[in-house]
Amino acid sequence: MAHVKFTPNLQRFFPDLCECMIDAATVADIIPAVDDRWRGLADYIVDEQGALRKHVNIFVGGELLRDKQTLSDRVSADTQVFIVQALSGG
Amino acid sequence: MPNKLLVGTRKGLLIMSRNGASDWQVESAHFEAIPVVYAFRDPRTDTIWVSLDHGHWGGKLHRSRDGGASRQEVEAPKYPEGDTVPPDFSVPAKTNYIWLIEPGGADEPNRLYVGTDPGGLFVSDDGGDSFQLVETLWKHHSNTHWFGAGRDHPGTVAIQVDPRDSRHITVGISVGGVYVSSDGGESWQARNRGLFADYLPDPHHEHGHDPHIILASPSNPDVLWQQNHCGTYRSENGGLQWQDISDKSGGPAGFGFALAVDAKDERVAWVAPAVSAEYRVPVERALVICRTEDGGATWQNLRKGLPQRHCYDLIFRHALDNNGDTLAFGTTAGNFYVSDDRGDNWRCLMHNLAVVYTVRFM
Repeated sequence: MAHVKFTPNLQRFFPDLCECMIDAATVADIIPAVDDRWRGLADYIVDEQGALRKHVNIFVGGELLRDKQTLSDRVSADTQVFIVQALSGG
Repeated sequence: MPNKLLVGTRKGLLIMSRNGASDWQVESAHFEAIPVVYAFRDPRTDTIWVSLDHGHWGGKLHRSRDGGASRQEVEAPKYPEGDTVPPDFSVPAKTNYIWLIEPGGADEPNRLYVGTDPGGLFVSDDGGDSFQLVETLWKHHSNTHWFGAGRDHPGTVAIQVDPRDSRHITVGISVGGVYVSSDGGESWQARNRGLFADYLPDPHHEHGHDPHIILASPSNPDVLWQQNHCGTYRSENGGLQWQDISDKSGGPAGFGFALAVDAKDERVAWVAPAVSAEYRVPVERALVICRTEDGGATWQNLRKGLPQRHCYDLIFRHALDNNGDTLAFGTTAGNFYVSDDRGDNWRCLMHNLAVVYTVRFM
């Protein structure tokens, strides 16, 4: 079970978004699971080819996600996964 | 007189309404702090469509069926799994940017078209609930001549549906050129004859041209107007042959992005010039709208009410619109101007907007 947290900025689009526990072996497994709960959320995190959006970051156990194309980074019980926006924009 | 405007900026959408004969007021603000790429009202269904470019979360589509009071996000167009981007096909295709949304014909009220970066045209036949990539254009044999300009990838930036025949569609790809379908999108022909592309080894090549915007004359849709990267063009036969109508007298009309076409007179149009592709500032740092009333043979330079010194405002391709005798445009410097006499006199309504991407009369 991964412990998934989100930037509060996503609550503008998903007002009831909250921390959750997801049964997952990789970060890629987490995306459809959270999309089931908050329909459309996956499109905010990854593009239609499954790659992480350019200005989104995911921290896995405190480290930046390594595989931004297929999100194959493994997670285990108690792994903290934090989905945030990159520090970019203007 | 038109009474409402949609103004999309880098920091949100304003709905403006006329307040008396000459004044306008902001009626409501939406999507604050989010870049609004395009917004228009579909008169067939009284639906406002908005394209957003979230810096972080991707391009999104929203619609409002109650004049903006409430909005609904719909699933943005998606490229099929495994598709790659022309011309080298090494980059996975994804919707980077939703350039514009255009209605289908009056006889097909549920049809919508969406133009995107990296170059795909999408179609919906269920009022925007779902979109499909128009594969026939996306995989056109000429797509090896497409490439990005100003952005990394090509973009579908112009879509015109013939009001006499909804199956007749004209599309502009920047960079790629003009494509026309006469069978509802089942097949496409390139129509770039007469265009000049000074950035190509062969400037008269059949493909690889850069239409910034294309509009058909409502009074005679065979007459097409095009503000191109390499000049202003007009065609009297649906794009089979283009004529360069850039101002030959040395006036500013030539390079630019925005274009407006008169609804009643196929000889009348307006453009918003800048110096050149390499020198993107107003000509002599003075803001001007150019109008032709004779199909581009001559141009009038309309400056009354516009800043004529130290001006760096540009007008993006979808940021100029007209309705009757009223014209409106917004600029890259966040200024917003209106004329009620076909451009003869302008007044600035707002100075402090963010970059204006789109202006459309409702």
